[in-house]
Amino acid sequence: MIGTTGLIFNEPLLWELGAPGREAFSQPAREVPEQPVDPDLTGPGPDFPDLSELEIVRHYTRLSQWNLSVDSVMYPLGSCTMKYNPKTNERQASLPGIASAHPLLPEAMSQGLLRLIFDLEQWLAEITGLAAVSLQPAAGAQGELTGMLIFHAHHASLGRPRTKILIPDTAHGTNPASAALCGFTAVPVRSGPQGILEPQAVADLMDEETAGIMLTNPNTLGLFEANIRQVAEIVHAKGGLVYADGANMNAVLGVVDMSAMGVDVLHLNLHKTFSTPHGGGGPGAGPVCVTAKLAPYLPVPRVVQAGERLAWRSDFPLSVGRLHAFYGNFGILVRAYSYILSLGADLAQVSRLAVLNANYIQAGLKQDYHLPHDRPCMHECVFTDQRQLAHKVSALDIAKRLIDYGFHPPTIYFPLVVSGALMIEPTESETKETLDHFIAAMRAIAREAEQNPELLHQAPHHAKLRRLDEVKAARKPCLMG
Amino acid sequence: MKEISELHFPENLRYSTDHEWARPDKDLFVVGISDYAQDRLGDIVYVDLPATGSKIKKGADFGSVESVKAVSELFMPIGGEVVAVNTQLGDTPELVNSEPYGNGWMIKVKPGDPGEYQQLMDQKSYLDTLKG
Amino acid sequence: MRYLPHTEADIQAMLGAVGVGSIDDLFAQIPGQCRRQRPMDLPPALGEWDLDRHMEHLAAATATAPEYKIFLGAGSYDHHIPETIKQLLRRGEFFTAYTPYQPEVSQGTLQAIYEYQTLVGRLLGMEVANASMYDGASALAEALLMAIRVTKRRRVALSRAVHPHYRQVVETYLRPAGFEIVLLPYGADGRTDLSRLANASDLAAVAVQSPNFFGCVEDLKAVEAATHAQAGTLMITAFSEPLAYGLYQAPGRLGADIVCGEGQSLGIPRSFGGPGVGLFACREAHMRSMPGRLVGQTVDLEGRRGFVLTLSTREQHIRRERATSNICTNQGLCALAAAMYMASLGGSGFRQLARLNYDTAGYLKNALQAAGIALPFSAPTFNEFVVRLPAGSQNRYQQLLARRIVAGLPLVQYFPELSDHYLLCATETSRKQDLNLLVQEVTR
Repeated sequence: MIGTTGLIFNEPLLWELGAPGREAFSQPAREVPEQPVDPDLTGPGPDFPDLSELEIVRHYTRLSQWNLSVDSVMYPLGSCTMKYNPKTNERQASLPGIASAHPLLPEAMSQGLLRLIFDLEQWLAEITGLAAVSLQPAAGAQGELTGMLIFHAHHASLGRPRTKILIPDTAHGTNPASAALCGFTAVPVRSGPQGILEPQAVADLMDEETAGIMLTNPNTLGLFEANIRQVAEIVHAKGGLVYADGANMNAVLGVVDMSAMGVDVLHLNLHKTFSTPHGGGGPGAGPVCVTAKLAPYLPVPRVVQAGERLAWRSDFPLSVGRLHAFYGNFGILVRAYSYILSLGADLAQVSRLAVLNANYIQAGLKQDYHLPHDRPCMHECVFTDQRQLAHKVSALDIAKRLIDYGFHPPTIYFPLVVSGALMIEPTESETKETLDHFIAAMRAIAREAEQNPELLHQAPHHAKLRRLDEVKAARKPCLMG
Repeated sequence: MKEISELHFPENLRYSTDHEWARPDKDLFVVGISDYAQDRLGDIVYVDLPATGSKIKKGADFGSVESVKAVSELFMPIGGEVVAVNTQLGDTPELVNSEPYGNGWMIKVKPGDPGEYQQLMDQKSYLDTLKG
Repeated sequence: MRYLPHTEADIQAMLGAVGVGSIDDLFAQIPGQCRRQRPMDLPPALGEWDLDRHMEHLAAATATAPEYKIFLGAGSYDHHIPETIKQLLRRGEFFTAYTPYQPEVSQGTLQAIYEYQTLVGRLLGMEVANASMYDGASALAEALLMAIRVTKRRRVALSRAVHPHYRQVVETYLRPAGFEIVLLPYGADGRTDLSRLANASDLAAVAVQSPNFFGCVEDLKAVEAATHAQAGTLMITAFSEPLAYGLYQAPGRLGADIVCGEGQSLGIPRSFGGPGVGLFACREAHMRSMPGRLVGQTVDLEGRRGFVLTLSTREQHIRRERATSNICTNQGLCALAAAMYMASLGGSGFRQLARLNYDTAGYLKNALQAAGIALPFSAPTFNEFVVRLPAGSQNRYQQLLARRIVAGLPLVQYFPELSDHYLLCATETSRKQDLNLLVQEVTR
C-alpha cells in the first residue's frame, strides 16, 4: 500500500455555514452617491449564505482533500491523458497582461496575445502535418462539432448536402452526438477481428450520400488504425471527408503526419496532449486543424498577418461562423503554448515514453488479466474483467479496490465493444517505480478476487465515502439544496 | 441478473421479440415489459411514456425506460391509439422492476387491428427465444 | 527534461520487460506511409526562467489597468477577485482532477458543483441549474436547441439586442439543421421591440438578454406576457452580467423558462475572453431535456450524504446521437471559481456590490449627460450604457487611445445604423477620478 488512512474532515454545505452579515469580500470604498432605482425592476437579490473569509478557506480546503488528483496520485484514466500539469503554465496564464486582457481591446493594444495565438496555430499545424488551425473551440466536443460543421459546409458549398456519416463502433459517444447536430445520421462501422477498421467494411458502406467518416487514431482500443490510408482513399473517392478525433494524439507526436494519413479535419484536446489541467471537468480547449482545401471553412474571427502587425479578420464567406463569444478558452491556449515551448523537440519523446509506459503495464498485467488484443499497444492498454467474473468480481469492483491501494481507477466499461473493459493510460509522466507499484496493486487485486471477492464488492474501504446510491439519485433527483 | 429459470412469465399474456408484453382487457390491450427485460435493465429510474391520444404503429417506439447508465426504447407490440398511461410510474418507476405484469404496466392501447395480438409469441415460444 | 522521468536504465529495464529491443519497435504497427518525413520543426525548448522572460515580454504588449483606463464591458467585465479564490483554485486536488466519474474519490468536486448549481439557481430564481456550459454564447445556443426539442417546433425569435457575438454563435449552432431565426428589432428606448411577436406563430422560444447588449434592462414582465400569449412557446432570458441580479429582479421570478448566460463576472479573470463559464438553468418540468452535466445528492452504503453525477442518460456517452447535447464536460474550474465568488460575497455582499456598480456607472452616465453627451436609449441600465458622441467621433476615439483611454466599444461595427454610438462600462473597479477624466476628455 502506498497510502495510509488519516483524519478526513467532515464539511457541511455552504448554506449550513455562516451567519447573516458576515462576508469574505472586501467591498471597495464608495466614491459616488447612490442613484435612484426603478422599484418596478428591482428584486431582493440572491439568497446566498454569508460566510467569513476563513470559513471560505476551510470549506474549500476540506472539499479539495476529498478528491484524488494527478498532483496526489497516478490517475491512469484511459483516453483522458492525465499527465502532469506543469506549474509554470499557471504562472504564465496569470500574468496581468494575459489574465486581465479585455477581449475587445483594439488590435494595437493586444499584439502579444495575437502573436501567441498565431504562433500556437503554426505549431499545431506543424505537429499534426495539417495546413491551418482554429483555436476557438472551447472543448474537444466543440472541436468535433466544428469539424462536422466544416463537413456540412463543404458539401453544401458544392451544392450536394449529404445526410450520413460513418462512425466506427469503437467511437466515443460524442462523435455521433456532434454529427447529429449537423443533421447527419450516424452509420456504425464494425471494427475487424484485429480491433481495427477493415477497408472493405468502409467500402461497403461509403456512398455519395455519406459526408465522410469520423475516426479516432490510435483508436479507443489503444491500437493504431493501420489501414487508415486505404480507408481515406475509399472515402475520398466518393467525395467524402475524413475526420480524426485527436483524443489519443499523445501516442503519436512526432511520429505520424495526419495529412499523409489522409485526414482532412482533426481536433486536438489541449487538456490531454498539451498538459493543460482537467480542472475537475474543464475548461479545456479543442483546436481544429484542417487541410489547405478546407481552411476557408474555419471559424471566425481568425488572426492574420497584416503588414507588420497581426489583425483579426472575419470576412471569410465560407466560414462555419463563430463558436465562442470571443476566441475560445484563451487562458488554456496560454498553458499549451507554455508547454510546447518548455519541451521544444522533446515533444516527440513524450509519445515515445507514453507508449513505453503503456506497454510496460500491459506486459506486467497480462498474466493476471484477460487481454483481448495481445500485441503492442500505443499509449493505453485495454484489459477485461473476464477472468475475475468467474469469481463474480467485475471491472467496477476492481476499479473501486484500486482506490484503497492509492490509485485513481482506470476508465471502465469503455470502449463498449469490449465487455467489462479496463482501459489504462499511464502517460509519460509516471516513473518506473510508480508503474511497478500500480502493477503490484493490480496483481494483488487479482489474487483478492480469487480469495476474497467480498472484499472487492465492498470496496473502497479507505475513501471518504463507501459506494454511493446512484439509483436513488436518479429516481428522486435532488439537484439543489 | 437472474437465470431465465428464476424469472416469471405468465401464460395469459403474449410477448414481442423486443420484450414487451400485451394482455387483452375488454376491447383494449395493456402493455408493459417482461420480467426478463426489467431484470436485464436493472434498477429502473425513469419511464418516458407517450401522451394519451397518440396513435402509434406496431413496432414503432412509444417511449423509453432508463436505468442509471442505459436507455432502452419501448416498441408497440400492437399498433393503435394510446388511451391511458400509467402515471404512477412517474413517481415510482421501480414498480416496473417489482411488478412488471401488475402495477408496472405502461400503457393501454385501443388496437387498430386486434388480430396483431395473435401474431405475438405465447409464453412457451417466448421462453424458447430467451433460452436461445 | 523535468517532465520526463525516465533514465536510460529505466528505459532499458522496461524494454526488457516488454520484450522488445527498442522503443521504435513499439511503433512498428504504424505503416511508413502514415509517418512524418522529417522531425517536427518547433522552436527550441526554453528553460523555466527563459520562458518567464519570454511570456512577460508577450504579455507586456497588452493594454491593462492601471496604466490604461479601459471602459470596455460588452460581455467581459473587470471586477475585483479576492486572493482567496485565486489561491484556493490552485489547489492541485481541484485543479488536476478529472471529471468526477468515481464519486468516492471525487466528493470535493461533486459537493462544490452541487453548491454551484444551488447558488446559480438562487441567483437566477430558477428550479434547476446544470454544472455549467462553455460560455454564455453557447449556453444560449443550447437553450434554443433545447426549446426546439421540447416544443418540437423549428422557429425561434431572437432579440437584436442580444450580444451580437452570441447571435453569431446561435446561427452557427442552428443553421446546419435548418432551424429558422426570427430577429426582433430594438426600440427607441434600447429595449427589444416585442410588437413583431403578435404576428409570429409556431415559435419554439423567444430569447432576450437582460441587461441587454446596450446595457438596458429589458421589461421581462412584458416579454413574459408576449411569449406565453402563444401556447407552448418558451421564454429564454440570457445575460452577460449576472451581477445585475444583485439589484434587478431575477428572470426566473418573472416567468422565464430557461435562463442562461456568461458567468465571467463571478470571480473569473477576463483572460482575453476565456475561459469563462456558461450558466444554465431551467424549470424542473424541463429538467430531462436540459443539456450538460448534473450533480445530485444521494447517500452512500452507510447512509451518509454524498453526491454523484446523475441523470446521465440525457448525455452523449449514453444516448449518443439522441443526446440532449454533444457537450461532455462543464467548465469545472470556472464553475468552482464562480461558486467561491458567490459564497465569498454572500447575499449581503452581492447586493452591496451590485448597487455599487449601478451607482458608479450611473455617476458616469449623469456626468456625461451633464457635459452635453447624448444618451440615446432611455431604458434603465446596470453597469454599462450607450452614448452618442458628436459626429466624426472616430478621430476623437483614436486620440483617446493614444492617451491610453479606451472610451468604450464602437457599436457601428455591429449596428451600421449606430455610428458615433459607444458602449461604456464602469464597475466597482472604476475610480471616480478616472470617470471624471473620461468625461473631461470626451467632451474636450
